[in-house]
This record gives sequence, C-alpha cells and structure tokens, in this order.
Amino acid sequence: MIMNNRKTFKILHYALLVILTAFFLFPVLWVVLSSFKPQSELFQIPIKILPQQWTFENYIEAMSRGDFVRYFSNSLFVAVTATIITVLISIMAGYGFSKYFFIGRDFLFMVMLATLMIPLQVIMVPIFLQLKASGLLNTLWGIIIPPSATPTGIFLARQYMATLPNSMIEAARIDGAGESRIFFHIILPLSKPIIATITIFSFMWRWNDYLWPLIVILDDKKQTIQQALANFVGQLQINWSQLLAMTTVAILPVIIIFLVFQKYFMTGISSGAVKG
Amino acid sequence: MKCIRLGTRSASRGNFNQILAPLLFIAPAFLIFLWFIIVPAFQGLRMSFMDYGFFSESAFVGLDNFSRLMSDKVFWITVKNTIYYSLITVLLLTIFSLFSGLLLHDNALKGVKIFRASMYIPSLLSMITVGIAWRFILGDQMGIVNYLLRTFGHDGIQWLTSRKTAMSCVIFVSIWAQTGYYMVIMLSGLQAIPHELYEAAKIDGANSYKAFWHITLPLLKSTVLAVMVLATIASFKAYELISVMTQGGPGYSTKLIVQQIYQVAFTEDRLGYASSMSIVLMIIIGLFTLLQFRIVGSEYDYE
Repeated sequence: MIMNNRKTFKILHYALLVILTAFFLFPVLWVVLSSFKPQSELFQIPIKILPQQWTFENYIEAMSRGDFVRYFSNSLFVAVTATIITVLISIMAGYGFSKYFFIGRDFLFMVMLATLMIPLQVIMVPIFLQLKASGLLNTLWGIIIPPSATPTGIFLARQYMATLPNSMIEAARIDGAGESRIFFHIILPLSKPIIATITIFSFMWRWNDYLWPLIVILDDKKQTIQQALANFVGQLQINWSQLLAMTTVAILPVIIIFLVFQKYFMTGISSGAVKG
Repeated sequence: MKCIRLGTRSASRGNFNQILAPLLFIAPAFLIFLWFIIVPAFQGLRMSFMDYGFFSESAFVGLDNFSRLMSDKVFWITVKNTIYYSLITVLLLTIFSLFSGLLLHDNALKGVKIFRASMYIPSLLSMITVGIAWRFILGDQMGIVNYLLRTFGHDGIQWLTSRKTAMSCVIFVSIWAQTGYYMVIMLSGLQAIPHELYEAAKIDGANSYKAFWHITLPLLKSTVLAVMVLATIASFKAYELISVMTQGGPGYSTKLIVQQIYQVAFTEDRLGYASSMSIVLMIIIGLFTLLQFRIVGSEYDYE
C-alpha cells in the first residue's frame, strides 16, 4: 500500500514536471519551428507543428535586408564592448572596496548600492538631457557607457575578492610589486570565476536590453536588434515569416551562452546577480 | 642589511601608492554613478518643479506639476493599472516559482537538471522577443490558440485587442517569462535548508505535508519575501512587454506608469510634468528597494 502510494506520487510528480516543461518550452519551440516554414505554410489550416517543407528562405530574406545585419552587429558591438568595460569597472571597484582601507570607504559603497533605488525608468527624462550634454546622444557609446557601472557587478566582485587571502598581496608588495602590477598579475587571474559570472550576466542583459537603446538612439541606422524587432512588430502589416526568423536569430546567442555556461547561471542568480 | 633597506624603501613608496590606488580603482565606477545616476536624479527632481520642454520656454512653476498630477485621470489610471498588474503578477509568480522550486528541489531526481534548464529558458529571452512569440500564439485570426478553440467549435477570442482579456494576457505572459528566474532563487533557498531537519521530523513521525508547513515554509520565509520584493520592483518598472503586446491598449486598459512617463516626456514634450510622475514612481520603487535591503539584511542575521 505504502509502496503503491509512493509510486503514484512519483508518476504524478513526473507528469507535473513534463506539463510544466512543455508549457515553458512550447512557445519558444513554436516560434523556432514556424520560422522554418515556407510563407505559404505558416498560416495553413490545419496547422501542423512541424514544417512540412523545411526552408531557410525566411532567414535568407531577413539577412538580405541589409539593415537587419547592421542591427545585429550594432547589438553585438554594444553587448561585447559594454561587457568588457563592465567587467573591468566591477573588478577594479570590487578590489578597491575589499582590499584597501580608506576614509569614507563604507559610505561610498553604500552610496553605490543605493543607486539601485534609482532605475533608468525613473530618470529617463534627465538622463536624456545628460546624454545630450555629454555628446553621447544617438551614439552606440551612449548605450554602452552609462549603464556599464552596475551596483550588482561591484557587489559581486567585492564579495568574491574578500575571500582572496591578504597575505598574497602583502607578499607581492614586499617583493616590490606595484599596486597596478598586483592587480593585473595576481588579482585578475585569480578572479576568473567571478569574471565569468559578470561577463555572462552583462552580455545577456545588454543583448536583451531595450529601454536604454530606445532612449539613446534616434537614428534608424544605429538601432539594436531588439529595437528593430519592436519596430517590426509595431507595423500594421507584419511579415510574420521574416519576423519569426529574425526573432530566432535574436534568441540564438543567449540560448547558446546559457547551454555552455549553465553552472554560472544558477550560482550567479542565487548570489544576487539581478539584471541591472 | 641591503635587504632591509630595500624593504623599507618599497614600503614607504607603497604607502603613498596604497592611498592613491584604491581611489583610482574606484574612480571609473564612481564617476559613472555620479554623472549618469546621481546628477540626473537631482536634475529630475529640479525639473519636476518646472515647465520644461525641448521646444518651449522653461520656467519654475513650484508645485504646479504635482497639483495637476493629482487630478490627471490618465495618470491615475496607469497607477491603478500598475498596482493591479503588480499585485496579481507578484502573487502568482511567487506561488508558481515556489511550486516549481518544490517540484525541482530533489537533486537525486532523474533528469532534474534538464527540467530546471527548460523552465529557465523563457527568462533568458528579451521581453521584446517574448512579446513577439506570444503575439504570434495569441493572434486573432492566425494564432494557434484561437485555431485550437475554433476546432472545438468556439469562435475564438480577441486576446490582446479586447478590454476584457488584454491585461490578463499581459500578466499571464509576464509570469511565463519570469517564473524560471524566481524559481532559481527559490531553489537556492530550499537547498540551504539543512537536510537533517527533515530526517529528524521523519523520525518524529511527521509526514511530508507537515514537514512542508512546519520546516520548509518558516525557513524559506526570507527567500519568499525576497522574491516578492524583487518581483514587485520589476513589475513597477515594466515597459517592454506591454509596448510589444498591446501598446497600452485597448484604450488605456494595459497602460502602465512607465509607458505614460515615456509618452508625456518624449511624445508630448512635457519633460517637467513627466519628471513629477517619475518622482512618484521613484518613491514607490525606493520604498520597495529599502524593504529588499532589510529582508536580505535580516537573512544575514539569521545565518
């Protein structure tokens, strides 16, 4: 009786998991599969889950629109450059906050954390003016630089650096190594795990971000892929075949990164690596 | 002798560098925060007391913006919508993420990693692509949901273009998109509960139902609270999903605060008035962020 109970419980457990997984995966699969259907098949009735005739036609069409390739490379440039800068800034600040003492250190750290209370959504109006005054309006650097210092990145780096032994740094100083040499030759190589975590989250966030580019970019040619997709879906007549192919291309990088670096995601989120 | 001399020399050089170095390490981060968050925040505060536009004269108007805000029907509709959206989303997200966390808690379960990864995948996507996917699925004429309804003899529903269903659809999709993320947080909370507690309870004759109410829930309290606060902050910042799925319509039925701020500022060129709306939003978000700090803080005390 007890054995039986346990068995039904287990079957129920698996059944629930399968339903949930289907619920979360189906919409993504549906978009990807439909993007491989020829236009004539997309809204054919009766609907078939799998394409009857697999085709790359939609992708070729999307790619042959020159602007789509440009949006993709804009996004890539922004995400890669911003991530490099974010990693450097976070690691440097994390090191400064954890391995040195100076007057006002903890106060400054709290001020930086407190900026979490002021998200972009709240300051988008004055930010626009500030970007204009700084000459960054309507440039890719305007998307890259302002959000490249993140409280969470600095917080994570500081937490990690605190676990590195001080004795190592002191030994290097006695050997005559300067502060920057210590940072680049000892601290950076030892920080690989936290660099990996910050890199992944930063890249994902930048690739997916929409509101920053929306505020900074006024010129069609400088738009990111997310902006392009949002514009495309805002049109009265939507070419769904092309849109689905573009959407799949926009999804691809983040899925690949996730599949390759899965373990960093779980640890990253649980240690507080929230977006922004 | 030589060694010692060298040692002291490098130490004194080090002392100067050790004062300068941390300031240089922190400088890039600090300058960016100062220039792109702190200064704009004060600028925004100042503008909220002004008439300010790109194409009009700017002037201080005292509390005019705020008193106008009090009687601005559209603004209060968006506030009401945001609170409604937030309440329902947070409540359902918390329940769903806790539920899926519990289902995926057992590390020995076969295939648990694959299940976890699949549930997390929607959280990887940008809200723009999420919105596109669901517009495709919920489309009036061609969407697969209405197709299925029609094969069962129903007429189909105008999911995103009818007042009755638009907001529910947006909430549903935002839950679909975020559950995986909060599930991971729930999981980390669940995994932190010492296993011995469950074994002790088992020896004392408690069934798994009792163990859930008397061990899991009390010990998970701070995680659940953290999830709720994070989800609340996120929902007050929501913008992207709605701009793709409904553009705030039909009418104002799915318009949220951020949408209204964006429109008043950048389409209507009333930057001062938009700033006063931002101040209201900032107060709401600020209060919840403080709450988050307190909860995370108390979690550290507990450990």
